[in-house]
Amino acid sequence: MGRRSEFFSGIKAISPITLGVVPFGMIAGITAVESGLTGGEAIAMSVLVFAGASQLAGVQLLASGAPLLVIWLTTLMINLRFTMYSASLAPHLRGLSTCHKILLAYMLTDQGYAMCISYYDRTAQASDRPHLTTVEKAWFFGGVATTIWIVWQVSTALGAILGTGIPESWSLDFAIPLIFLGVIVPAIRHRASVAAALTAGAIAIVAHPLPLNLGLIAGSLVGIAAGVGVERWQGKEEP
Amino acid sequence: MRVWLMILGMGLLTVALRVSFILLLERLSLPSVVQQGLRFVPVAVLPALVVPTLVYVDGELNLSLTNGRLVSGLVAIAVSWRLRSIPLTIAVGMGCLWFWQWVH
Repeated sequence: MGRRSEFFSGIKAISPITLGVVPFGMIAGITAVESGLTGGEAIAMSVLVFAGASQLAGVQLLASGAPLLVIWLTTLMINLRFTMYSASLAPHLRGLSTCHKILLAYMLTDQGYAMCISYYDRTAQASDRPHLTTVEKAWFFGGVATTIWIVWQVSTALGAILGTGIPESWSLDFAIPLIFLGVIVPAIRHRASVAAALTAGAIAIVAHPLPLNLGLIAGSLVGIAAGVGVERWQGKEEP
Repeated sequence: MRVWLMILGMGLLTVALRVSFILLLERLSLPSVVQQGLRFVPVAVLPALVVPTLVYVDGELNLSLTNGRLVSGLVAIAVSWRLRSIPLTIAVGMGCLWFWQWVH
């Protein structure tokens, strides 16, 4: 497995989800323009921020006349989950140059994280192939992330320019939760991970009405604690 | 000007969150309980992200079988669990939702 083949494996692995990214990106573009941004500003926002949920929240707050501090605080809360992805990926990227790390981190998304971490775990457990080197992991990440990045930029630009998206009745946005299910269900193999997933999901439902994305943060943290708790109670670490 | 300031601030904040531990953990090492917790990030954060999108329809909690997204999500979970294929999970889940919408 070389760099090039890992890069293409990344592109191949992530391509089915572009189906879900396109309608979301178009909505981000449309909403930005409808909230008063110019087409250029909408595109610049997608490039500089590159995080859909916070982009949507940001332009909607802007249109409602919210102060910049409130917009930034909201961005911080919505995107706080990236610190957890960052910590979880850090051991896999240890040893890369700072420049490469920043470049990869800038392209970190929910979908990209899910795809990379499940790939790293799967290849680490496979006995029939050599373990991935850090450089190979980085190239896989690069293939995944650049694919998402390009699709996101093109679809926000299309939304901003055309002003219309893919009809809502097609429900293509549903491909996004589906990819998470496709990645995560096979990774739930033991009691501790079942406990983590069920607790996280249940808390996220109950806490969903809370503002500032607190439901997601609460669900994640309590879910992680449940997983650690069960594992300690069993007295052994699960692979 | 205000728009550009907003975009710049949002961009800097977001990239800082993304870069944070990828850079910090090059030298620093975390206490073992935190490292143990990090292994649960995917199996906790992603369900917390997905589950509300399946059970909340237009802001209303709908846990019944009249919720097409919930039903399709459950079918997708079964497919993912049995077949372990991401493309098949997406295909069957989308197909199920479209069928649901066509029937209703």
